[in-house]
Amino acid sequence: MEALRSLGQLVIALSIFSHLSLLAYSSSPQDLQILNAERRIDLTSHIVKVFLTLKVENTGTSPVSEVLLAFPPTQVDHLALLKAAITVGKKKKKSYVPLEVNPTELPDAPNGAKSFSISLLNPLNSGETATLEVLYILTHSLEPFPAEISQSESQLVYYRDSAIILSPYYIKQQTTFIRTPSTRVESFTRVESTNRAGSEIKYGPYKDRPAYSYSPIIVHFENNNAFAVVEELVREVEVSHWGNLQITEHYKLAHAGARHKGIFSRVDYQSRPHAGGVSSFKHLLARLPPRVHSVYYRDEIGNISSSHLRTDYLKSDLEIEPRYPLFGGWKATFVIGYGLPLEDFLFESPDGRRYLNFTFGCPLAETVVDKLTVKVVLPEGSKNPSAVVPFSVEQHLETKYSYLDVAGRTVVVLEKRNVVPEHNSHFQVYYTFNPVFMLAEPLMLVSTFFFVFMASVAYLHIDFSICKSS
Amino acid sequence: MAASQTSNGTTLRHAFGNVLSFFILILIGVLAFSIRLFSVIKYESVIHEFDPYFNYRVTQFLTKNGIYDFWNWFDDRTWYPLGRVIGGTVYPGLTLTAGSLWWFLNSLNIPLSVETICVFTAPIFSAFTSWATYLLTREVKGAGAGLTAAALIAMVPSYISRSVAGSYDNEAVVLGTLLAALVPVVGFNAVMTSEHFASFLVFIIIHVVAFVYYIKGILSPKMFKVAVTLVVSIGLLVCLAVVAVLVALVASSPTKGWSGRSLSLLDPTYASKYIPIIASVSEHQPPTWPSYFMDINVLAFLVPAGIIACFSPLSDASSFVILYIVTSVYFSGVMVRLMLVLAPAACILSGIALSEAFDIFTRSIKFQLPGLPGPPQVDAGETSSESTIPQNEVPKTKTDKSADTLKERPSRKNRKKEKEPVEKPSIKSQIEKRLLVLPFEGSVLAIFLLVLLGAFYVVHCVWAAAEAYSAPSIVLTSQSHDGLHVFDDFREAYAWLSHNTEVDDKVASWWDYGYQTTAMANRTVIVDNNTWNNTHIATVGTAMSSPEKAAWEIFNSLDVKYVLVVFGGLVGYPSDDINKFLWMVRIGGGVFPHIKEPDYLRDGQYRIDNQATPTMLNSLMYKLCYYRFVDTDGKGFDRVRRTEIGKKYFKLTHFEEVFTTHHWMVRLYKLKPPKNRIRGKTKKSKAKSSSTSSAKKSGTKRNPWH
Repeated sequence: MEALRSLGQLVIALSIFSHLSLLAYSSSPQDLQILNAERRIDLTSHIVKVFLTLKVENTGTSPVSEVLLAFPPTQVDHLALLKAAITVGKKKKKSYVPLEVNPTELPDAPNGAKSFSISLLNPLNSGETATLEVLYILTHSLEPFPAEISQSESQLVYYRDSAIILSPYYIKQQTTFIRTPSTRVESFTRVESTNRAGSEIKYGPYKDRPAYSYSPIIVHFENNNAFAVVEELVREVEVSHWGNLQITEHYKLAHAGARHKGIFSRVDYQSRPHAGGVSSFKHLLARLPPRVHSVYYRDEIGNISSSHLRTDYLKSDLEIEPRYPLFGGWKATFVIGYGLPLEDFLFESPDGRRYLNFTFGCPLAETVVDKLTVKVVLPEGSKNPSAVVPFSVEQHLETKYSYLDVAGRTVVVLEKRNVVPEHNSHFQVYYTFNPVFMLAEPLMLVSTFFFVFMASVAYLHIDFSICKSS
Repeated sequence: MAASQTSNGTTLRHAFGNVLSFFILILIGVLAFSIRLFSVIKYESVIHEFDPYFNYRVTQFLTKNGIYDFWNWFDDRTWYPLGRVIGGTVYPGLTLTAGSLWWFLNSLNIPLSVETICVFTAPIFSAFTSWATYLLTREVKGAGAGLTAAALIAMVPSYISRSVAGSYDNEAVVLGTLLAALVPVVGFNAVMTSEHFASFLVFIIIHVVAFVYYIKGILSPKMFKVAVTLVVSIGLLVCLAVVAVLVALVASSPTKGWSGRSLSLLDPTYASKYIPIIASVSEHQPPTWPSYFMDINVLAFLVPAGIIACFSPLSDASSFVILYIVTSVYFSGVMVRLMLVLAPAACILSGIALSEAFDIFTRSIKFQLPGLPGPPQVDAGETSSESTIPQNEVPKTKTDKSADTLKERPSRKNRKKEKEPVEKPSIKSQIEKRLLVLPFEGSVLAIFLLVLLGAFYVVHCVWAAAEAYSAPSIVLTSQSHDGLHVFDDFREAYAWLSHNTEVDDKVASWWDYGYQTTAMANRTVIVDNNTWNNTHIATVGTAMSSPEKAAWEIFNSLDVKYVLVVFGGLVGYPSDDINKFLWMVRIGGGVFPHIKEPDYLRDGQYRIDNQATPTMLNSLMYKLCYYRFVDTDGKGFDRVRRTEIGKKYFKLTHFEEVFTTHHWMVRLYKLKPPKNRIRGKTKKSKAKSSSTSSAKKSGTKRNPWH
């Protein structure tokens, strides 16, 4: 009897537990299976882009509203961006609807695998299928090997991943394609049915793999693209209601590829550009908004003369060269500044507030920013600032004193780590501003000059001499 | 004629003249400021040349760390391993001025960078200088001469060359802030050099005289006499004691406290005989005749006329000006850089000459046009000319003069005293001047020629400011068929050093590049442009003149990690290290006699082609400059020396090339780490080292770093 009672309690406890867990994870992983998965890994630059197409089927009984993605912990640390979309319509009328992606915790994930959940627009009913497109971007995921190379050597890197897609679901069929920048591939791990054709390596198709299958692979290949990494970028956007938007960008640039060792010979670099410095880079391209004016490019010790600006109606291309070519491990700092017409970026919202609509990321093409700080300097007298950014950033407020400020300007500071060009989307900063404040500084100047002249008039009419000279 | 006017009209005209001269002065200030901005417009807002970089770095330190840290600043990033006490050896006038300007603007929330302030300090002070010149010349010969002199000094090329925007140096502001730079806060080092004694003495005497006059004013004559005897007797005792101490201190140094530079002022051959380090600086050479024409232009012809004008009549002020010009002409003849001292004197005297000449000519014209009222006629005649200098001053001079002769000044209390004694002689001179009437046509022609001369001066000055003196010398440009070509190699190398080497690495180069390396690359240097330690510089010179192995040992003993050489052979940049190399040999040989100049010369000729001596071809400087140079064109043709180099193919064993700039103007080498002595080589190397040391012993003095 006693034993039976305790058994009954155990059953109740178990059922409660399972019920709770069902509440927490409304979609049990076992309810879904992936019919077909195709993964394309693009290794052509130093930013690794992975396109994942998943065809998901609900094999359970209850509707499912979330689909989970799993990543090994090493990749999560380097994950810069994760986007998902669902395909709607068939064939020619196919379109993509973006979906929300959030990190979640899975307690039963092996080896600390991290997961993200994609929230579907409409819950997936039992027996239905859906096609998801996932894009994720990894930075700092190519490890140079050898880690140090001389001037003439080309740069070889390792890429590590799994031949089988890591997933909390059972996968019926899957294929992985890896694209390398050139046909020079030193080695790659062979897992059963691995093919290499030109610059593409194909893993698969693999059939009927259980959840959390993993098969590590390593690809060793040549990648001489510019490993341009901005270690720190501070963008300062200064709003002036007199009609100008002044942007100042402070860069700390580094070549994050294989470290340069030994000599640097200018003869070799200049006479044989392909042999003498193939892993280095010199040209950078900054995409600036149209109608840009007063562009400058300098560093702490003055102007850097090697830059070109091309403008048209859609964009402005600023081609810049650092003072010296960057080899692996070399660094350079510089500042780009430019002005923009305010009416292109400042708008009034329906509730009477003003908002600045500006791009978030780094204007340099094909670069990773390790730490990006965007500072929006609002005019003196602005109140209630609030920023709307399409992804998570750290925010805080600062005060800055600029020309003739008394109260100081409110600065909205947005910080984000691991920024890739795909982060170049718009963000908004809302604030209220009374135009009367625009007159404060001119009035201050006018009154100062007025008092100076009054004082000099007074001085000329007063006799300061202590005793009258005869 | 002027006497017929009512006193009311004269007052009005007088007030008008004052306002006019005030606005002319403001315009002269604007002119002085803006003519120096060619460098910013043509190049960029950047610090120029060598010494300004040191001043800029000091100012940065001052603004960052405050005055007390600045005063106690021991700089360990230069003169390694000796260091330099910056706070005690720098002239703080300039840096304090710029630093307080920066502080003032920043406290008003005007966030200008220290660099901007430093770049524009010189033009601002040039405006002050022209106003100071106005005040000085006005005391000598009246406001008209003052304005002319101010306009002349605002654009005299000699001064422009030292004060274009970016020339952040003492010389640029010294004329404006003469006292601030000399005030005895310079620290003990500067006080102990004798050349400053004279200026201190003058400074003290001025104050004593002013003080005595003040005391005299407030005491009764009898009390004053008592006070004088008391003060003089005590003062003399104190002075004697102080002088005795100073004399003892100064006399204990071998050159009696005079630095070599000042000694070479008294004896122009001193430096070239005894101190090659001073003679090696190009601006310490005596100037050539063309440089006089370049730097003061037509003023050279106007100065004698100005001297004559100063003698009639001779006053205290005009005799001071004459003394000033005579001494400054002598000093400018000794050193090129002292042309700067000549410039203000020449401007003052030329201003006097021009203004007197216009005075005489316009008066002659006026007297020969009896029917017409004078001044408007003269005005019309003047404004038709296009030169800006004489245009406005002449009517001003006249109004001033007539005002002086006729009526006492109503309001200007400080000038009253001086003007009153002038009144009588000027009436007399009025009568005299009536006799000095020149022929009408001659006067018109002379005025026309003078205006032409002034116009020529203006054109020359603008050309000098825009073309000759605007280059910042760290950026070079050349005009080629496909447009402007920029050579920014110096900053390329400095930026590379600052970003790609360790913070505490030591960089050895010839001393010319010391200031720039510390300021732009922020790396420790062995020697810099403050050439205070001849032995240290000689050590670097010796290393550069030695063969590779010996040089490596010297540099290694100094913890040097990188060696920087400037090489112009690829693009034809003449002031490179190969052209300075003989000075390194001379300075090095002056201290370490195993370096002998004749070893580097073939029959007394300095050459780097296949006739060059083996010592030359094996010296470190030759090797570092021409390493792999032959690979550029296959022949190794040096565009500066216009010859093929002597030794084309060689390898470096103790140094490796780590960076060379785009146009090869700066080359950086790294010292290779010492080789491990393995595989029984110890014996051999020992024998070798003993032989080298015996070779060194043959010299009278050994390398102290070995």
